[in-house]
Amino acid sequence: MGGLENWNWFLDGWIIVAGILCAASTALLGNFLVLRKMSMLGDAITHAILPGLAAAFMISDSRSSLPMFVGAVIAGILTALFTEWIRGFGKVDEGASMGVVFTSLFALGLVMIVQAADHVDLDPGCVLYGAIELTPLDTILIAGWEIPRVVAVLSVVLLINLLFVVCFLKELKLSSFDPALATTTGFNATIIHYTLMTLVAITAVASFETVGNILVVAMFVVPPAAAYMLTDRLGSMIVLSVVLAIFAAVTGHISAITVPRWFGYHSTSTAGMMAVASGMLFVFAALFGPRHGIMIIFVRRQILAWKILAEDIIALMYRIEERDPQQKPDVNDLRDILFSRPVPTQLTLRYLSKQGQIKDTNGTYELTETGRDMARQLVRSHRLWEHYLVEHAGMTAENIHKQAEKLEHFTDRQLREKLNEDTLDTDQDPHGRPIPPEDKVH
Amino acid sequence: MRAFALVFLFLSLWPNCFVLAATNSNEIQTQKSITDRSIAVPQWEDWKRVFLLQDYNTRIVILGTTLLGMSAGMIGSFALLRKRALMGDALSHATLPGIAIAFIIATSLGLNGKSLPILLTGAAVSGLLGIGGILLIRNLTRLKEDAALGIVLSVFFGAGIALLGIVQQMQTGHAAGLESFIYGKTASMVASDAWLIGSAGLTCMLISILLYKELTLLCFDEGFAHARGFPVVLLDMLLMGLVVVVTIIGLQAVGLILMISLLVIPPAAARFWTEKIVNMTVVAVILGALSGMIGSAMSAIFPNLPSGAMIVLVATAMFLFSMVFGIPRGILIRKLRRHELNTKVNRQHLLRGIYETLESQGRINEKQTVESTFVPMSTLLKMRSWSPAKLKKIANRAQRDQLVVSLEADQIRLTKAGLLEAARIVHEHRLWELYLITYADVAASKVDQDADAIEHVLEPEVIAELETLLVRQSTAGVLQSPHEIEIQQEQANSHHSGTRRAT
Repeated sequence: MGGLENWNWFLDGWIIVAGILCAASTALLGNFLVLRKMSMLGDAITHAILPGLAAAFMISDSRSSLPMFVGAVIAGILTALFTEWIRGFGKVDEGASMGVVFTSLFALGLVMIVQAADHVDLDPGCVLYGAIELTPLDTILIAGWEIPRVVAVLSVVLLINLLFVVCFLKELKLSSFDPALATTTGFNATIIHYTLMTLVAITAVASFETVGNILVVAMFVVPPAAAYMLTDRLGSMIVLSVVLAIFAAVTGHISAITVPRWFGYHSTSTAGMMAVASGMLFVFAALFGPRHGIMIIFVRRQILAWKILAEDIIALMYRIEERDPQQKPDVNDLRDILFSRPVPTQLTLRYLSKQGQIKDTNGTYELTETGRDMARQLVRSHRLWEHYLVEHAGMTAENIHKQAEKLEHFTDRQLREKLNEDTLDTDQDPHGRPIPPEDKVH
Repeated sequence: MRAFALVFLFLSLWPNCFVLAATNSNEIQTQKSITDRSIAVPQWEDWKRVFLLQDYNTRIVILGTTLLGMSAGMIGSFALLRKRALMGDALSHATLPGIAIAFIIATSLGLNGKSLPILLTGAAVSGLLGIGGILLIRNLTRLKEDAALGIVLSVFFGAGIALLGIVQQMQTGHAAGLESFIYGKTASMVASDAWLIGSAGLTCMLISILLYKELTLLCFDEGFAHARGFPVVLLDMLLMGLVVVVTIIGLQAVGLILMISLLVIPPAAARFWTEKIVNMTVVAVILGALSGMIGSAMSAIFPNLPSGAMIVLVATAMFLFSMVFGIPRGILIRKLRRHELNTKVNRQHLLRGIYETLESQGRINEKQTVESTFVPMSTLLKMRSWSPAKLKKIANRAQRDQLVVSLEADQIRLTKAGLLEAARIVHEHRLWELYLITYADVAASKVDQDADAIEHVLEPEVIAELETLLVRQSTAGVLQSPHEIEIQQEQANSHHSGTRRAT
């Protein structure tokens, strides 16, 4: 681990603290942006604060932090307002209206700044990339402690965000998932919305000094998105997103110091690496999430496909037996009818004989007693469904097979009995074949 | 990081600004009075030079930006209709790591890292990877488009920044040129750049013209396109590819963020002028071209205005104009139409109110008395949630059109024309009520409201159809109301209570 020998607890410590504060306060709000499908709003706001900075600079004729901060926050809120207006009055879709607003404001800000270009010192590099590395150098004195200014500001922001989320969790939840219901139950979803937007703007402005404006978006969106992959509960999503954000901040800084050394370079941008680290976390979460992960979904689908194939095989064998009890199908017969691929078919057949549902005699197969029971129930489901579809859903006899084929795999005994009732205990399906009884008739 | 200072400001400035960009921003502070930010008014000579395209440089820049605006307008239209307006945003950010990696690889292979084709290739590759990432996230996880865009945009950009941090340390680095490439340098555009923009942009336009039908179908009805056997995924990739190409050629000309605006704003503005996609693309192309042309001309005339930003602001102005004044879909025309509809609806309610009041008094069939029977305004006022002032206004307007005559003493009566019109309206209302009761299973007590919501916008053909469908029962004249009418009850009640009191 080259690079860590230069670790300086004072410098790196403060950098990491700043990173953690920024990541945590953005991630807190980011959850609601992701849930409200407004992830890009963070991006829009951070671009659009430029004219706010410029105007504050022009009006106050100073570079002191407070007017700049206020100007930027106002511009941020205006972005949200304008986007809403253009979407509402102009009937332009959300993405497009956002695109129109923030690029226009950005251009306006550019023109304004260029007008003052001769004497401006906004240090826009810092706006774009952040200057987290310089965090420890700009300090203020609080209660006798020398604390980096950024850390102080971000602590306040984090506190406000935390208070907001904790106090209004119920309202936020309701208005994120069902704004109409939220309004009818008595509190104003619009107020919650604009409070959220204001806090997003404040957080973005406070953070871009640290991580730069694009990377604020990374911190707003990526950890909550990763948390969303891992859980279904809002509470745990929020906690997880903050944990992930903190983890990304720490690994981001460490890898910014160490990784470039492996290739013979000095350290690189911490903010950039924080974004990359959170991106990595997201990829892991998306791949291996316990319920919504890509892997688990894939495996589940595969298992389902095999289960269906197994059921198709025994149902098919039942039908063959029904038509001609002497006929013993082999692999090729089954595959010809089911259009299944060789490897899964072989594996499934082996599985079925291990389960004792079919018997393998020199390459031909026949059902065992248990297998026949299972198959009978499947065929019964299928034919009951066909009957039901013709009778109650008004489908013609030619179209029902496919539908019934899909439904039969998800039909249990209870549902079969209900179907049986609804179809008035018929014993023939619409094609004229018998509906087998639920239990074997002795 | 400090070396990046200010570069970002000069997305598209005059070359002399790059001198500023290279110096530390701290040094160029407050030399002039801070309030002195006047724009020098250009001389007539300057105007002439720009408009007659006398400068070679101006000619190149205007030509380049115009072509860029055209192709972005065209491709952007499809992207907008496909609800991918912000794709360009994500994409242009996603090109950054590719540019940095291309630079690193080329330099370590001993090539010129700043050569345009190499950087463009890098940009294109990582842009396509970004799109792949977006599509993967959207299709494989439960996250929606917006989150996918946000994730790809910010993570790729972060990686790009981290890589640029490394590029800066390279011996051959001094990535100043690299940044200008990323942030655009419209004003210093040279002929070869314009040629590149022109040829690539025109190729994109040609491709989208050739595939017009397919792309249109893709934008409006993906499912149908799929069912008809069009290669939807391929077309989608192609459209994205076109966005990539236009974005990348535009990056160099107007810069990262402003490129997005060229893809979004002209098509969004064009949307207000037409309902047809062909017209929309044409308008978007024209608006894009105008933005490029006027924007760069303005920045050529006023040396203090950065051209990239001016192009966007011109486009924004056009957008605002279109949003307000656009003909079929602008705000004004929609307001006007709604106003007209409201007027019509109010008038119909007024006429129906008078008619039904007369009807409840059993006077409607005595032709000669109808026109001389006055109805008190207060009765009408009770029938709807009108304020007295509003009712007065509606009545006055109807009087102007000689449908009613209202007297000072709060009285109103129908004219001959008014009676005809009222009879028609009431008939249509009841026709529709009857339809709702017979065919839509709406309860008779509720049918009045439901009919109210729709009767005003019924086409004559629909009326005729309803007529043949329903009116076999009553042969002539106005239909009977299928439910009891409010005022009738009210009056009956008051009458009843009155008589009771009398007894």
